[in-house]
Amino acid sequence: MSMKCSNRQVDGITIVDCSGRITLGEGSVILRDTIRELLSKGQKKILLNLADVNYIDSSGIGELVSAFTTVRNQGGELKLLNLTKKVHDLLQITKLYTVFDVKDEEAAAVKAFG
Amino acid sequence: MTDHRVSYTLDSTLETVDSAEQTASRIAAETGFGEDEVMQIAMAVREAAVNAVLHGNAYDPGKKVSVDFERTGHDLVITIRDQGRGLDLSKIPDPLAPENLLKTSGRGIFLIRSFMDEVHIHPSQTGTEIKLIKHVHGQTAGGKEASQ
Repeated sequence: MSMKCSNRQVDGITIVDCSGRITLGEGSVILRDTIRELLSKGQKKILLNLADVNYIDSSGIGELVSAFTTVRNQGGELKLLNLTKKVHDLLQITKLYTVFDVKDEEAAAVKAFG
Repeated sequence: MTDHRVSYTLDSTLETVDSAEQTASRIAAETGFGEDEVMQIAMAVREAAVNAVLHGNAYDPGKKVSVDFERTGHDLVITIRDQGRGLDLSKIPDPLAPENLLKTSGRGIFLIRSFMDEVHIHPSQTGTEIKLIKHVHGQTAGGKEASQ
């Protein structure tokens, strides 16, 4: 299953609903382009909903890190929402779970932005 | 488990990475591993194939990646070889070190080691060979007991 991202706005926060696989190649590129496009439009408060992301490889993990640092470097915030168990476990073993701000409830996540 | 070996020679493309992962998933499931272990094996093979295609052969159409799957009595052994310059193990950073946590690459070998029971990496001037071993646990995998 290929990667897809769609955006919606909730209380000034851009929620990016992702589905599929974030892996080397198309999946990583789609995520990168999505973040780049949002930043170019000034949308710097981004909630990445990964509920339907069933697979991520080391390249995809790198892309999440890149998204996180790119948004932060532009004065924005990026949080993760609704991790699947597989993605959660990967972020745990790579020690990234504490780096990302991970949420499991959308309304609370939206309120958590500064 | 019946001893069995299959070998593939593949181009240095992203399709090879997907193909190796899918084949690993199928063979791991046929071997009797559980869902989580199948995912781990498939992901380790994917990461090793990425290394072979990207860092080893650098997408060179003249270079091939070979992938062998061998089911022995007690192990699933997967060997992936590229035709690159040989991986420099001293240049692989610790991805868990605080200064490396926010790096966007360098986690492939770490994930492979996390998911497999044994990992043997043999770099040479004619390429890198990485051998991934997952032990079969119990009779449900069709494996023979160690005493047999």
